[in-house]
Amino acid sequence: MSSDATAPATAAQAPPGPAETAPPAAIGRMAEIVVRSLVPVLLALVAGGLVLLALGANPIQFYADVWSGGMDFGAWQDTVMRMAPLALIACGLIYVFKAGIWNLGIDGQFLLAGGVIAGLAPELYGNMPDALMFLILFIVAGVVASVWTIVPALLRAHYGVNEIITSLMTSFIGINLANILIKGPFQDTASNVPQTEAIPFTNLLPTIPGTRIHVGVIVAAVLAIATWYAMSRTSFGLRLAILGANARAAAHVGISVPRLILVAFMTSGAFIGLAAAAEIMGIWGYVRADWNPAFGLLVVPLVFLARFNALATIPFVAALALMTIGGDLATQNAGVSNEFTLLLVGLVLLFMGVTELLGRRRSLGQSYLQGIKRRKG
Amino acid sequence: MSEIFTTDVLTALLAGGILAGVPLLFAALGEMVAERAGVLNIGLEGYMLMGAYVGFVTAYHTNTFLGFLGGAAAGAAVSLIMVVLCIRLGLDQIVVGIAITLAAEGATALIFDSQFAESRPTLGATERIDIPGLSQIPVVGGGDTSDGSVFSQPPIVYIGLAIVVGTAWTMRRTHWGLNIRAAGDKPSALDAAGVSVLGTRTWATLFCGAMAGMGGAYLSITAAGLFEDFITQGRGFIAIVLAMLARGKGAWVLIGAFVFGISLSISDALQIAGVDISTDLVFMLPFVTVIAVLVVFGRRSYLPAALALPYVRGAR
Amino acid sequence: MTGTTDTAGHDAAAAPAAVELRGITKAFPGVLANDHIDLALRPGEVHCLLGENGAGKSTLMSILSGMVQPDEGDILMDGAPVRIDSPKRAIEMGIGMVYQHTTLVPTLSVLDNLMMGSSRAFRLDEAGSRERLAEVAAMLGVDVDPDAETQSLALGQQQQVEIIKALWRGSKVLILDEPTSMLTPQGVVELAKAVERLKGHGLGVVLITHKLHEATSMGDRVTVLKQGRVVGRLAPHELAGRSHQELQDVIVGMMFGEQVAPAPELVELQEHVEPARARRDLPEEPLLTVDALEVGAKGGEMGLRGVSLAVRPGEILGIAGVDGNGQRELAEAIAGQRPATAGDIRFRGVSIARLSVWQRERLGLRYVSDDRMGEGTVAALPVGLNLVLKRIGQAPFWRRGSIRHAEVERNAREKIAEFAIRTPGSGTRVGTLSGGNIQKVVLARELSNDPKLVVYNKPTYGLDIVTTRMVRERIEALAAEGVSALVISTDLDELVALCDRIAVISRGRIAGVIENGAGAEQRVGELMVGGHAEVVR
Ligand SMILES: Nc1ncnc2c1ncn2[C@@H]1O[C@H](COP(=O)(O)OP(=O)(O)OP(=O)(O)O)[C@@H](O)[C@H]1O
Ligand SMILES: [Mg+2]
Repeated sequence: MSSDATAPATAAQAPPGPAETAPPAAIGRMAEIVVRSLVPVLLALVAGGLVLLALGANPIQFYADVWSGGMDFGAWQDTVMRMAPLALIACGLIYVFKAGIWNLGIDGQFLLAGGVIAGLAPELYGNMPDALMFLILFIVAGVVASVWTIVPALLRAHYGVNEIITSLMTSFIGINLANILIKGPFQDTASNVPQTEAIPFTNLLPTIPGTRIHVGVIVAAVLAIATWYAMSRTSFGLRLAILGANARAAAHVGISVPRLILVAFMTSGAFIGLAAAAEIMGIWGYVRADWNPAFGLLVVPLVFLARFNALATIPFVAALALMTIGGDLATQNAGVSNEFTLLLVGLVLLFMGVTELLGRRRSLGQSYLQGIKRRKG
Repeated sequence: MSEIFTTDVLTALLAGGILAGVPLLFAALGEMVAERAGVLNIGLEGYMLMGAYVGFVTAYHTNTFLGFLGGAAAGAAVSLIMVVLCIRLGLDQIVVGIAITLAAEGATALIFDSQFAESRPTLGATERIDIPGLSQIPVVGGGDTSDGSVFSQPPIVYIGLAIVVGTAWTMRRTHWGLNIRAAGDKPSALDAAGVSVLGTRTWATLFCGAMAGMGGAYLSITAAGLFEDFITQGRGFIAIVLAMLARGKGAWVLIGAFVFGISLSISDALQIAGVDISTDLVFMLPFVTVIAVLVVFGRRSYLPAALALPYVRGAR
Repeated sequence: MTGTTDTAGHDAAAAPAAVELRGITKAFPGVLANDHIDLALRPGEVHCLLGENGAGKSTLMSILSGMVQPDEGDILMDGAPVRIDSPKRAIEMGIGMVYQHTTLVPTLSVLDNLMMGSSRAFRLDEAGSRERLAEVAAMLGVDVDPDAETQSLALGQQQQVEIIKALWRGSKVLILDEPTSMLTPQGVVELAKAVERLKGHGLGVVLITHKLHEATSMGDRVTVLKQGRVVGRLAPHELAGRSHQELQDVIVGMMFGEQVAPAPELVELQEHVEPARARRDLPEEPLLTVDALEVGAKGGEMGLRGVSLAVRPGEILGIAGVDGNGQRELAEAIAGQRPATAGDIRFRGVSIARLSVWQRERLGLRYVSDDRMGEGTVAALPVGLNLVLKRIGQAPFWRRGSIRHAEVERNAREKIAEFAIRTPGSGTRVGTLSGGNIQKVVLARELSNDPKLVVYNKPTYGLDIVTTRMVRERIEALAAEGVSALVISTDLDELVALCDRIAVISRGRIAGVIENGAGAEQRVGELMVGGHAEVVR
């Protein structure tokens, strides 16, 4: 059986009817992926275009601007760099979502880790080789965000307190705590807006030769592959899947459920911390108070649409990065509010859901009877 | 410390708590009902935003009363997306909920900017009703202060309280309430008993949408008197937390909304008292308290067993 | 197939059918659950629906109750074709059903569960409902507390509530899908009386059961299904005037074809159960000792209070008792799923009370849970993976941290063949199999890889005769090899047939331990009744 160990939906269990008439599996699956990702984007673009028309803007021009804003004149490098934090968050979420755990405290974990390393970086900078500094900062970011998940994790693991509530609450706390730190101990006294002291632009994360792209992107790519492997091949991935599918069964088969919950939560936190480190150390070099890119809400649905498959999140993440980077230019040119990007992302998500559903309907709609009769006859 | 809490400060605290708490009350009440029916509305923020926008525009063109109705209608209309995609078609509630929030954030900002980018209109203060006699009591009366207090509030606040009581009664004493409770805990049992699970969930969700829309409308019409982008500022998510902490009890929604309302407005009140305290810190406190309570008492939280799970008859 | 089949169940002499199914066909992925089934249900008659696990009984009745839509076929009520497209329609037509798997809302009170969907009124009518409950309970001859939270009731009591619920609106047809599987012998007798009374009220009753003596003693008419088809029918005149033994032979012949019938060794087929095991010489040194074990009671459970037991190598120790008297707590405490608050458990000479489930498993302790859907299997995972769930990360299925699909598949093929698991393939989700086949998956997993002692909790619950026999034979064969067994069962016949000794559990305590042998059944019964009288008031 060549199927993926942790994904219950495999070709082997496809209903006999449709499976028999389907083209060879590989081509079929490729086609399905293309359809599943392109159709909703097209539909959302059309719907968004209608909105633009209603607002008196030229949709064609607008979308051309999104593309050029996200791809042309080296902007593609910004798009690629934006992918790093998004992909790292997505991977982190896979560890919890697969286990049926809702870590919705992403923004708090992200900002707290980002705030702490932004405050720490000026202390380290110049006192050690840059490479060592980055290593320390990445580790600290991972640890801080990871630690920030402990309370929701333990409450869920030992008292069964729902983690949606607790992770949202710790997220609010984390965001405020980050602001308190940035406006207090970490504030750059030389600056008149509350922000941390900046690391010189030239001494941020090293770039890939010939580009502006920082190496955080490579870290993200490697970890995405590692996540995919862990989920699909290792016993750790299967344990998470069992916990997600049936927590009582997990206890029954000898999985230490409280410990696994803690590990899953902390792993996701660590990834989110790394995402913050890649963004702060790769792009900004400092954090301003009340800064919140709010990546969390954008990434959660992508993880679902990719069915918890780390590699499958990459195209979704790329599309999101392109839209957020290119959207700025396009909204400016079209004279509409730059919140249009949010509307577009929301529409893509809704249409993705619908497309997915239509696909499922199509395979379910046929009576299983046909398949059985055909096989017998 | 005692001289900080003068009558003025206490009145301001109460008034501010109510002002900030009422939107939470509406939204959390709606969400509580929907959650009991098994529907998790992550899009609550989106319902509130749409309610705030439509409520404001309606109130601007007509009157406050129609504004609130418009807000409720808008919230319900947005929740219809949830009904169709998640309840009827079985899509993932969290994905769709997030999509709703994002799309509503984008749509309201976009439309409002294109409509009112230059003018940025505001509404006048909403008229209050003074409860005869009671409104003359110091601190809680508020009949003679500019922002009112417990017994001097716009009608919508009293309507809100009536809805809380009515909802609690409906949940306990009627077939609707029973159906809603069953739909969240064991939908297959409700179905087997001959009651439509999808219908029950649909009505609960529409109620949630209407309530959240109303809360959003209160935010723009009464609390702020204007609309701005992201006016809800994450209150939808706070309301989700409140709804879950309330464990299905209307009274807890009321208490929670008021406590969080006070914490949202406490720094303003303290400024009257001449105390300058970081809003970040104040806003953190109620969450820290709740977490601390959870850690110390380790209270098992109760959520409906079928929350956020689509119901498909006969599925194995 | 057999001479007793009359075409389509039409019977000129009998009353006209209240409900008639014609040509009902229903397919699920990879299985034809119902294949052109005709069935007529008549008022005042108990119609027994029999067949092996996965024969399609539950599916057929779910079609009648509106839970499942047929692919083909018609349903006629009083001769007129009807469409039952929802449970609501079924209830309106007077079809009440007690499902195989509970349909009570666990967090609601008994009364709330009964009132659910019972009226179009806005307000709940509590007072009226209490009266109606008293009425229906009297008709059934049972006693339930209307205000008890449903999940705090023992399974047997829950089943009574289910029946009351099905009768609540004065059904015309009452379908009972394995109602006796959780009942004690006394409970079954009570149910039989109740069914008799309902017949008197003119109800048509469908009874699904795996216990043939129930079918032959309660049924007026029998239909046997096999792989989705009707393979035999017995009309009232064919049932009358034949001995139970004779009838059961005929039915077994229909159910399983020639390969098993006649099967005198099948326990259910015998009028009088004899202890099947001759007493053997077993090593004195116990393999498992449970010493003054205490487990805290939680959520309506009994807990354990000072339970002491010893199981010798190769011994089969039975635990008899009314369901909900601490059986599950005992099983889970031994398996390591539940902490002991006091006392000790020693296994193979070492104390295991503080070891994890995993460590106990590696010592050779196995646990066949009675909740095969809830915890025994992961419904969403394929059969193949479910078969290795307790060996995650171990060779040969995992090497250097990475799964070996070929090994998993090889193991699955082997077990599917060995335990005759009826599944479209090893990649099929376990949740879609019939109850009996899910149980086989659990057994296949637990009994592999060198077990030393197996705790079986209701090992044959809901299984057909052949599977039941296979399970019991396995338990005995393993015991002969020196593998001990702790068999928890509410079925006294089963324990008498299998065990060396039988302990009786009552209210979380061991009421006594009895050597199996002549008169054992009666003495266990006495101990049980003592507990029974205390528990079910
Ligand atoms: N919802 C479903 N999805 C897929 N397969 C199903 C579903 N329901 C039933 N089946 C399959 O249909 C067949 C008949 O199942 P059914 O539950 O009717 O058997 P049964 O006669 O009631 O067996 P048992 O005695 O074990 O309860 C089985 O092979 C089962 O796996
Ligand atoms: Mg069945």
